Amino acid sequence: MQSNRIRLGIVMKKIDWIIGIIAITAVLFVGSAFGKTDYCIQCHSEMDDSPKSPAVLIKSDIHYQRGLSCADCHGGDASKNDAEEAMSPKKGFVGKPSYRQIPNFCGRCHSDVEYMRKYEPKLRVDQLQLYWTSNHGKMLKKGDRRVAQCVSCHGVHNIKSIKNPQSPVNKINVPATCAKCHADKKYMHKYNIPTDQYAKYSRSVHGKLLLEKRDTSAPACNSCHGNHGATPPGLASISAACGECHGINRDLYNKSPHKEPWAELGYRQCVQCHDYHLIKELTDEDVGVGNNAVCIDCHDKGDGGYEAAFRIKASLDSLKYDIRIADSILAKAKKSGADVGELTFELGEASKGLIEARNRVHSFSPDVVGEVTSASMQKINIVIELGNDSLKALWHRKIGLILTSFLILLVAGLLYLKIRRVEKKK
Amino acid sequence: MMGDSFKKVYNWLDERIGLKPIEELAKHKEVPVHRYSFWYYFGGMTLFLFSVQVITGMILLLYYRPSAGTAYESVRFITTQVHFGWLIRSIHSWSANLMVGALFVHMFSVYLLKSYRRPREITWLTGVLLLFVTLGFGFTGYLLPWNKLSFFATKVGTDIAGSIPIIGNTILVFLRGGKEVTGATLTRLFGFHVMVLPLTIFLILGIHLYLIQKHGMALPVREARKEKEGEKIRTIPFLPNFLYRDAIGWILVLGILVFLASVFPWELGEKADPLASAPAGIRPEWYFMFMFQTLKLIPSKVLFIEGELLGILGFTFGGLILFFVPFLDRKSNKLEENRLFTILGVLVILYMIVLTVWGYAV
Repeated sequence: MQSNRIRLGIVMKKIDWIIGIIAITAVLFVGSAFGKTDYCIQCHSEMDDSPKSPAVLIKSDIHYQRGLSCADCHGGDASKNDAEEAMSPKKGFVGKPSYRQIPNFCGRCHSDVEYMRKYEPKLRVDQLQLYWTSNHGKMLKKGDRRVAQCVSCHGVHNIKSIKNPQSPVNKINVPATCAKCHADKKYMHKYNIPTDQYAKYSRSVHGKLLLEKRDTSAPACNSCHGNHGATPPGLASISAACGECHGINRDLYNKSPHKEPWAELGYRQCVQCHDYHLIKELTDEDVGVGNNAVCIDCHDKGDGGYEAAFRIKASLDSLKYDIRIADSILAKAKKSGADVGELTFELGEASKGLIEARNRVHSFSPDVVGEVTSASMQKINIVIELGNDSLKALWHRKIGLILTSFLILLVAGLLYLKIRRVEKKK
Repeated sequence: MMGDSFKKVYNWLDERIGLKPIEELAKHKEVPVHRYSFWYYFGGMTLFLFSVQVITGMILLLYYRPSAGTAYESVRFITTQVHFGWLIRSIHSWSANLMVGALFVHMFSVYLLKSYRRPREITWLTGVLLLFVTLGFGFTGYLLPWNKLSFFATKVGTDIAGSIPIIGNTILVFLRGGKEVTGATLTRLFGFHVMVLPLTIFLILGIHLYLIQKHGMALPVREARKEKEGEKIRTIPFLPNFLYRDAIGWILVLGILVFLASVFPWELGEKADPLASAPAGIRPEWYFMFMFQTLKLIPSKVLFIEGELLGILGFTFGGLILFFVPFLDRKSNKLEENRLFTILGVLVILYMIVLTVWGYAV
């Protein structure tokens, strides 16, 4: 019995050995068939602290995910197990680039049209060229090692696609990424530029949309300043920067009577009224000659601009008043049971004139604004008239109902009397 | 002078179509007077509301266009552009609901007074058929404005019919004119509503009214027993006494209709969008609510039977019992009080009221 057990044990051990050998052979075979060992990653993974980090971070790097590895940037031979051999300059090993070298280091591939086409044909290849035109690039060339270069914004070894929400240059993260340096008073001290841009932007109409409502159609820093070629828009190009999105307003401004005199006076186009970074959501009260109006910052009573501002505000107010009246009439008619669906639609269409009129304020011409407000008011007046008609019709219905009810009760009463008479006779 | 001309016309017509027998019948028709006489008025009331439906329906037909692309717009046109179109449409909708209400009251009063007993069995059978046809009118008419609520209610309603085993799918495809509720369903239900059902209802109604004239008003069991024992039951002549009373009821209902139509005009709602998701609160018309609520409450599986199927079978069985009541209640035929049937009727009424209120409350 016992010898049987021992024999069984020996047989089992033999089987274990056979399985083990088969498994190792299979792993080696599969390993050699499907990929070579990357000794850069393997060796660095076994190190501590700083040398280890690239080997860990690279797993989440877009380059690694697309099939590139350490040696594709740093050179050397990743297939060699021996450190000296693997990092031999003879094998093209360049090691860690210096701070100044980084832009050109990345640009070796990112400026190469043919090379980039293999990975992402739509990706631009002018980043390096743009970078050298930026303030950052110019200062780096002069030897300033505190200005931003590629890795300052994109990160290093764990670079992610800009579409990735975790990327520091994903649109929603751009303001915070720029603020890392630009909101740091100590860091920016040397450059003598303000550090409140991020705080102001966060409170602006754009910042609230992007950061609070996560609306990526709202602009981040790079939308106005450019990204790789980041530079403050010059005085003359402010309306061009804003006009990227607000094209109609830009065109109206360029044709407006403000354009030339403001250029001569050195006024800052859009920013003159709307401010910058802390771009406010203007209301109709900011237009005209009221206490809150921006127009009276420059225009005094008696001058042409003051009168124009007054007339523009009056046009907007008249249209809004008409919309309010039409709204209340339709609400009343609807509450009373009239079908005002079509009129509500008409009013909605006519009310779009208010949006256009507000845009046209950028022409600074009462006639241009008045043209659209008058057309809308004409349409709204028809709605008001028809709305009143339906209210009148409802009133007629009520009168009709009272008369009919009276008539019906009268006939019912007469019938009752008739019954009594018929039954009395009997 | 006037009387002479009338007589001439009367005689001319009598010679050709025979008016005398009708006159004789009308002259001698008597209506019994007792503590339950009030319930006699509801049959006439239903008939009056049916006439309102026919007249307003014909007027609506002048403008209504039955297709998915035009139905909603044409009803909107009727209510906003056509002179008094809003009134006609609103009266048609309100009157439909009052008619179903009056019909239920009429049916249950006839049931509780056991007026279905010999020799009025066929009058009852035609009456139950009239109820089914009227509910058919309600179901088919509900979709015609092609609004969101009616679209999805029709979808749910036909889905329920589709869950009947074996024949369910055939019924569903027949009602919908395809697998889904589409413009084809609208055209089909319109055809039922204005042609198939009217012809059917006129035929059955003709028989129903003829039988009422033939047998006269039924007496409640207790009064019938008294009459049998030789006691004289007080009556009033149908013409003019009862007809005048009927007329007062009709004219007051007309007043109520005008009031409801003017003060609470029937809403049109939003146009149906077959691609949109079903809105919250889909509900059938109130007279289907007790069935809808029952189906909602039954668990999805009862023993080995599907809950919905069990509900449908239950209602089919209930409908059959209702139809054959005159043949099941033997006691009333012998002029004996049938307490079981009375209690059963009251329970059914209570069930319908509670479930309907429940359906609207949740």
